[in-house]
Amino acid sequence: MQATEIKTKYDQPNNRGYFGDYGGKFVPEILIPAITALEEEYQKAQNDPEFLQQYHELLEEYVGRPTKLTFADKLTAHYGKAKIYLKREDLCHTGAHKINNAIGQILLARRMGKTRIIAETGAGQHGVATATACAKFGMQCIVYMGAEDTVRQKLNVDRMRLMGAEVREVTSGSKTLKDATNEAIRDWVTNVEDTFYIIGSVVGPHPYPMMVRNFHRVIGDETKRQILEKEGRLPDYLVACVGGGSNALGLFYPFMDDDVKIIGVEAAGYGVDSGQTAATITKGTPGILHGSLSYLLHDANGQIELAHSISAGLDYPGIGPEHSYLHDSGRVQYHAVTDEEAMEAVKLLSQKEGIIPALETAHAFAWLENLMPETSPDEIVILNLSGRGDKDMKTISENL
Amino acid sequence: MNRITKKFQEKQADEKLMSLFITAGYPDLESTVDLILGFEKNGADVIELGMPFSDPLADGPTIQYSSDVAIEKGISIDKIMDMVAEIRKHSEIPIILMGYMNPVLRYGVSKFCDRAKEVGVDGFILPDIPVEESGLIEKEADNVDIPIIYLVAPNTTDERMSLADEKSNGFVYCVSVTGVTGARSGEEVSQSVNRFIERVGENVTKNPKMIGFGIKSFDDAQKIAEKADGFIVGSALINKIKEVYPQQNWKDHVFDFVHSLKFGK
Ligand SMILES: Cc1ncc(COP(=O)(O)O)c(C=O)c1O
Repeated sequence: MQATEIKTKYDQPNNRGYFGDYGGKFVPEILIPAITALEEEYQKAQNDPEFLQQYHELLEEYVGRPTKLTFADKLTAHYGKAKIYLKREDLCHTGAHKINNAIGQILLARRMGKTRIIAETGAGQHGVATATACAKFGMQCIVYMGAEDTVRQKLNVDRMRLMGAEVREVTSGSKTLKDATNEAIRDWVTNVEDTFYIIGSVVGPHPYPMMVRNFHRVIGDETKRQILEKEGRLPDYLVACVGGGSNALGLFYPFMDDDVKIIGVEAAGYGVDSGQTAATITKGTPGILHGSLSYLLHDANGQIELAHSISAGLDYPGIGPEHSYLHDSGRVQYHAVTDEEAMEAVKLLSQKEGIIPALETAHAFAWLENLMPETSPDEIVILNLSGRGDKDMKTISENL
Repeated sequence: MNRITKKFQEKQADEKLMSLFITAGYPDLESTVDLILGFEKNGADVIELGMPFSDPLADGPTIQYSSDVAIEKGISIDKIMDMVAEIRKHSEIPIILMGYMNPVLRYGVSKFCDRAKEVGVDGFILPDIPVEESGLIEKEADNVDIPIIYLVAPNTTDERMSLADEKSNGFVYCVSVTGVTGARSGEEVSQSVNRFIERVGENVTKNPKMIGFGIKSFDDAQKIAEKADGFIVGSALINKIKEVYPQQNWKDHVFDFVHSLKFGK
């Protein structure tokens, strides 16, 4: 299965967990033994054919991979420009890409003899993916989720509980993903001996950003193979939404050395200058949050600002350190779209293609309004359809 | 000589030094200087002045709460530096600035170190800067001769304890239980502590050892700090303030508590 991974020249991060100037491990001393052990175990697992076989077998038999690369004929006709393909992560078991990573990390947790799993979640998709993996492997599961998100993503709270996970509502700060992450880290600091923290995006201290990216690269590896089969060539554009940035890096990473334009789309909330935004790269500056140095929304005193997005999974004032590096280096272009633009995209994709996307995912599609006019009919655009929208029906109905 | 080192040299053989953690700007911006001067009169030997951060991920609810209050009241690094300058007009008590790195980074690391030197700060404790990431501030702190004090925990390896000892100056901060600040009771703490402190004793040979996290009373302190040079109280002090503020004479109640921590009743 390893053979399907395409070797890259792009060689971030370095052995200290830095992507250029970003990343690192800014954690209390108490967590150093845990992340050191994780780093060592992950290195071993990565080179262990048995581990890789088990991981890929689960992705195939349980998650339902490979996911399809669907030609979006109606959406293509709508814009009348480049051909649009959709990488169908919405078809993964549990309805989003998050499960690729949850499966990888739970296998690591088992190798390390940990019995208790904790996770943070925003949209609830990572929480559901983790609860699913824990049910499958009979492990104790505790998920931290902001009180605002337990309301707007109630369906996912019910799913987690049904599968036996304990969902702990977090009422501090903005009551969203940032605060859920704080609480998960506090739990980890307190219970580090028996607890494995399954982080849900390419954030946190080294080795998480690298490891989570690698567990998601299957998205890009498959896409590359599939587009070569269908079109006999690589795409001209890749587009994905960016919260922490895991679905984006999963798709982008195998294309880093290729002549492909890459676009990440952040959540602007009410607008990048509204003060109510989650556009971290567009509006932020470098700082340290949740264990790594990366772009951040913070005030002049270095206090973290409350983010806002209609989408719980993008409602986060930070971003994975590799994205900060890719932004500075210019390899990836980052843009932001508003809540309203994302809602329009939900409608368009639902009506043109019969696919209801997650609100997170809709941000990537909203950027087509800007991108498509620049493209030509002989070009190819691939979007990462990171998740399906069932969980968002309440918010969507309220905003239609 | 650094005020911290001097303090440890003056310490009686059987005495335990008491370091108090107080969040700058809690319970209000005006009280911090008075509180610290009063702490000194009532037995505090060292002050850890907390620089509030919105997302203190190694801290429990008590310090989160006090940080939120102080941020709400408009605390900033400039104001904290002014507080230290004001204290220095009246007192030579060692003052260590303790806080997460992001506000420092945002302020500017060089500017932070220069200003700290200017007002009379004696050390930095940065809980989210393990030795591997010290490059972010080590040189700047060194330039102004302000030591960084590193933490060690029961799960810290012997090698890392030695490294923390080598890199620290003044004392080594021993976190007595794995956990966020204020999370455990004194009873629970004391059992695991002895083995930890023994190991610290074998590996930390250059610096004095201060032990903290979870100490609530004189008895806790005596038990927990038996094999250390002193102890640190943070959450229990903040809780005391929370209990009595803003009653009449609330500061006196707090000072009585501080006195009892150091001397018993
Ligand atoms: C469907 C979907 N897409 C995207 C995201 C954002 O996360 P990331 O940027 O890590 O892919 C989430 C997060 O919850 C999600 O559920």
